Amino acid sequence: MRIGVAIFPGSNCDRDALFAVEQMGADPVELWHADADLKAVDAVIVPGGFSYGDYLRPGAIARFAKVMGPLEEFARAGGPVLGICNGFQVLTEAHLLPGALLRNIDMRFVCRRVRVRVESTETPWTSGCESGEELMLPVAHNEGNYFADEATLKELEDEGRVVLRYLKNPNGSANDIAGVCNEGRNVVGIMPHPERVSDPVLGSEKGLKILRSVLVGARI
Amino acid sequence: MNIQETYASLGLSDYEYDRILELLGRAPNFLELSLFSVMWSEHCGYKNSRPLLGRFPSDGPCVLQGPGENAGVVEVGDGWALAFKMESHNHPSAVEPYEGAATGVGGIIRDVLAMGARPVALLNSLRFGPLDEERNRYLFREVVAGIGGYGNAIGVPTVGGEVELSRSYSGNPLVNAMCVGLIRTEDLVRSRAQGEGNLVVLLGSKTGRDGIHGATFASDELSEESESRRSNVQVGDPFMGKMLVECCLKLLEEGLLVSLQDLGAAGITSSASEMAAKGGVGIEIEVDKVPLREEGMEPAEIMISESQERMLAVVEPEKIGQVAELAEHYGIGSAVIGRVADHGELRILSGGEVVGSVPADYLAEAPVYEREISRPAYLDELRELNLDEISLPEDYNAALLALLSHPNLCSRHSVFEQYDHQVGTNTVVLPGADAAVMRIKGTSLGFAITTDGRGRHCYLDPEGGGAATVAEAYRNLSCVGAEPVALTDCLNFGSPEKQAPYYQLARCIEGMSRASEAFGTPVVSGNVSLYNETSRGAIYPTPIVGMVGILKDVSRHATPGFKREGDMVVVIGSGPGVSLDGSDYLEIIHGKVAGRPVEPDLAAEKRVADLVREMVRSGLVDTAHDISGGGEIVAVAEMALAGGFGIEYEEGEAERMVAGQGRGRADLAFFGEESGGFIVAVPEERWDDLQEALSGFAYDYIGCTGGDRFKVGNLINVSLEEMREAYEQDLFGG
Amino acid sequence: MKVRVLVRPKSGILDPQGEAVKSALPALGFEGVGNVHVGRLIELEVERIDEMDAMCRRLLANPTIEEYEWEVIS
Repeated sequence: MRIGVAIFPGSNCDRDALFAVEQMGADPVELWHADADLKAVDAVIVPGGFSYGDYLRPGAIARFAKVMGPLEEFARAGGPVLGICNGFQVLTEAHLLPGALLRNIDMRFVCRRVRVRVESTETPWTSGCESGEELMLPVAHNEGNYFADEATLKELEDEGRVVLRYLKNPNGSANDIAGVCNEGRNVVGIMPHPERVSDPVLGSEKGLKILRSVLVGARI
Repeated sequence: MNIQETYASLGLSDYEYDRILELLGRAPNFLELSLFSVMWSEHCGYKNSRPLLGRFPSDGPCVLQGPGENAGVVEVGDGWALAFKMESHNHPSAVEPYEGAATGVGGIIRDVLAMGARPVALLNSLRFGPLDEERNRYLFREVVAGIGGYGNAIGVPTVGGEVELSRSYSGNPLVNAMCVGLIRTEDLVRSRAQGEGNLVVLLGSKTGRDGIHGATFASDELSEESESRRSNVQVGDPFMGKMLVECCLKLLEEGLLVSLQDLGAAGITSSASEMAAKGGVGIEIEVDKVPLREEGMEPAEIMISESQERMLAVVEPEKIGQVAELAEHYGIGSAVIGRVADHGELRILSGGEVVGSVPADYLAEAPVYEREISRPAYLDELRELNLDEISLPEDYNAALLALLSHPNLCSRHSVFEQYDHQVGTNTVVLPGADAAVMRIKGTSLGFAITTDGRGRHCYLDPEGGGAATVAEAYRNLSCVGAEPVALTDCLNFGSPEKQAPYYQLARCIEGMSRASEAFGTPVVSGNVSLYNETSRGAIYPTPIVGMVGILKDVSRHATPGFKREGDMVVVIGSGPGVSLDGSDYLEIIHGKVAGRPVEPDLAAEKRVADLVREMVRSGLVDTAHDISGGGEIVAVAEMALAGGFGIEYEEGEAERMVAGQGRGRADLAFFGEESGGFIVAVPEERWDDLQEALSGFAYDYIGCTGGDRFKVGNLINVSLEEMREAYEQDLFGG
Repeated sequence: MKVRVLVRPKSGILDPQGEAVKSALPALGFEGVGNVHVGRLIELEVERIDEMDAMCRRLLANPTIEEYEWEVIS
C-alpha cells in the first residue's frame, strides 16, 4: 500500500510520518505542496507542524497549496485521509472536516501524553482499534481547542462522527473532542500524534493501532 | 561628534582606538570603525575571557572539532557524529523576553547547521529572579513562550534544560540555549573560505536595521537606558528558519557549497571576516547587492545588522545556478553579495567604489585584557556557618513538602509541557529525568544530553562550584546509562572589570577544567556572557555546562521513577559525606545562603558514576537518580513521585537517618547535600547481582518500594498524594 | 486603493486571548474593564474592491469562527 504524506513549507512532522508509514509496513510517498499530483497513493496523511508558519491561522494558507486540489478530489471520492494536528487544522480550513481549532483555553502550547477513548471504529483510521478502547497518545499543539456550532456538534455526536475523545481535556475542546470524521467517514482529523508512539524504543507502539487500521480497513 | 566621541559611542576605548591606528597605520573611516567595534566586543572578541579560556582541556579521543568553529563535534560510532554548542541570549531577553529567547534558539540552531548537521535536540538553562516580582514573572512567562514559539515551530524538540530562581538574577535573567545536531562524519563542513573567485552567497531573510550593535549591547551592563534600546533586539521567524535549515542541508547534500557560516552577532561582518581569516583569504562584499528590508541603509548598517535567519555560503561560480534554484524551491532568498579574493582583507564595496577595507586577521584578533585575579572579601564572610544557630525542623513532613513545592525543586512540567519535546520521534527519555536520551534512527545508538548550573555554589566557592557543575552533568549522564564524552559551556558572569566577577570567572574556569580533565570530558565549544549586572549588582557566577554522552545500546537506559512494587532501593555515596553548607534546605527552609559546600572528590565521583553507568549498561539497573538539591530524602521522594510507588525506610536505616548518620542532626542526613551520591533500585531477583556489583563501594540498603506512602522512622510519614500536590506546581500560577 | 480589514472572533466564540487580556489589565491597576476581544487587523492594497468579501471569506477570515468588516482607507 502506498501512503502519501503531504509536505507544506513549515510542516515539521512530515519526516516522522514518513518514518511511521515505514514502521507500519507500507510504502511512504512524499507529496510536495507545489505539485498537483497525488502520485497514485492509496491513502494520504496530512502531517503536523506549522505549515506556512501558522501565519494568519493554522492551516489557512496550506489549504490553498497546489497539492490540495487533487487531495480534495481524492477525499471527496472516498479515499482515506488522516490529518494529524496541523493536518487536522488544514482539513478543517479546507472544509473537508467540520468545525475549527481555536487557541488552547489556557493560551499555552501543550505537549504531554493524554488518554483518549476510541469512540468510533467505523473509519479507515480506527478500524484496527476496539470500540471504547483507551489509548495513551501524545499531543503537542497551540490550537487544539475544537469548536463547532451546536447543530454541528449534535450532528457529529448523533452520527457517531466523534472519533477520539479526551478523558481529561487538555485544551478546552467542545465535548472533549480529540478527533472527528467527515460524513463519508473516510476523512479523519485528530489532534494526538500516533506517529510519535509507533516504535517500541519510544516506549509505546499504540499509535500503530491507528495508523495500521488503514491497511485493513481502507474500504468502509 | 568628534572622533573620540564617535569611537566611544561605538563602545571602543581609547586604548583600542590607538591599537586600530597602529594596526592600520592610518585612521579608519566610520565603516571600518564600526567593523572593529563589533568584532572587538566581548561577545565576538572574548577580549576579557580569552586568556582564561585557554585553560580548558579541549582534546580527547572522540573530538572531531574543538573550539573555534561554529560548534564542537564528537564522534558517536557507526560513522555518526554530534555537533553541539550552547550560547547565551541574556541581554536581549532582559529587554524583549519573547523575541530575545526565540532568536537565541534560532541562532544556536544555525550554529549547528553551519557544521552541516541536522539540528535534532534543544535544551535551555534559564535563571530568573523570584516570582514574587511581577517583572520576573513576565520575563519567565515570555522567555518560555519564546523558546517554545521558535523551537516548536522549527520542529526541533526541546528535550531538556533547567530553571532556577534567585534574587541575584532579578532584572538580569539568563537564557542559555543549547542545540545538538546529527551528522555523518564525512559530511562535516567548515567555515573557512577558499578559492579565489568563488562567490559569497547570502541565503535566507532580507536584511533590516534590527539588532544593530547587538554584539556591543551584549557586552554592556544593563541599565535603564537599555530598556529604551529596544530597536537592538531582533525578531525571529521560525518559519523562515525551518526553510533555511532544509535548504542548507539539501545544498550540502548535493555538494553545492564550499563552506558555510551562520550570521550571528555582528552579522555579515563577523561571518565574512571569520571565513576569510580561517581560510587565509580575503572577502569582498558589495553591500548594494544585499537584499534589504528597509530603505536608505548605510553600508555600516548593512554590514553589522543582526537580522535573523540568514546564512553565508561560499559557492563555486559554476554551481551558483543550482544553488539559486534550490533556494527558490524552498522559498528562501539567495543573493550573490561578494567573492573570495587573495588580498586577505574584508573589503566593502558600494557603487563600485571601495568604501572600507581591513585585514580580516585584525578583526579576528581583538586585544586581550589580562586582569589581576584577587580574592574578594565576601567569600570569607559567607563561609562561616555555625550549625548550632540553625534550628531543627519541628515537623519534617512539613519541611519535605516545603522543599518539594519550592519553585527551585518542584516539578518542571508547567515549563516543559510548553515545549514540543517529541517532534522528530527520537526522544527516548522525555524531560523530567536526569538527562534526555535520544536515539539515532536506523542504529542501536543513542546519546544523552544534560545542562547543569550551580550558581549559588559557585558564588560560595567558585572553584569548587565550577568543578561541581561539571560533576553534576557527569552524574546526570551516567544515571541514564550514557558515557559522557565532551561538553559545551556558557559562562555567565558579572563585569570582568570588577574584582569579584573576574575572580569568580577565573576560579570557576579552573574548577571546571580540573573536573573536565578528571572525567575525560573536554570542552569543545562555548560562549561567554559577561557584564550580567544591574543596579543591584552582579548575578551569581553561573557557568552552565551542557554535556553529551553516548549509549551504545539506547534501549539500555535508566530513569528515576520506581518501576515496580517490591524493588530494593540502595543509596550509593562517593565518600565525603553530606553537608548543609550552601544547600537548598538551608536557603529554602532557613533563608540562608552561607557555608562552604562539599567540594567534589573528582576521582571518587568518577568511580561511583562509572559504576552506576555500568550497572545500567549491563541491564542490571533500570532505575537510577542522582542525589542533588534537597538531599537524599528529596531524591527518594522524586523517585516515588515519578514512578507512583511509595517506600518505607527499613528500621535500621531509618534509625541511622534520624540519628543524623552519626552526626547528631536528622536534617543533615535527610536534606544535606553531597557530591557524588546516587540512588538505584532493582527487583529482588537481581539483589545478589547488585551486591556483587557494589562490592568495594559504600552503600546502604534503605528499603523496598510499595504502598502509597513515604515513611522514614517517626519523622516522615506522608502520602504520595500530599507530595504530589506539593510537587506538581504550575510555575505560571494558573 | 488601500483597504483595512478587521477580523474578530464571532460573538459567542470562546476568545482565550481576550480573556487573558481581560484578566491582565486589573492586575496592572486598570479597573472596570469589561469584555475584551482580540482580533486581527489586515491592511492591503487592492485594485478591485468588489472582490473584498470573497477574499475575506476564503482566506483572511474563517467564517466558522470569525466575522470581518472592511473599509477603504485611501
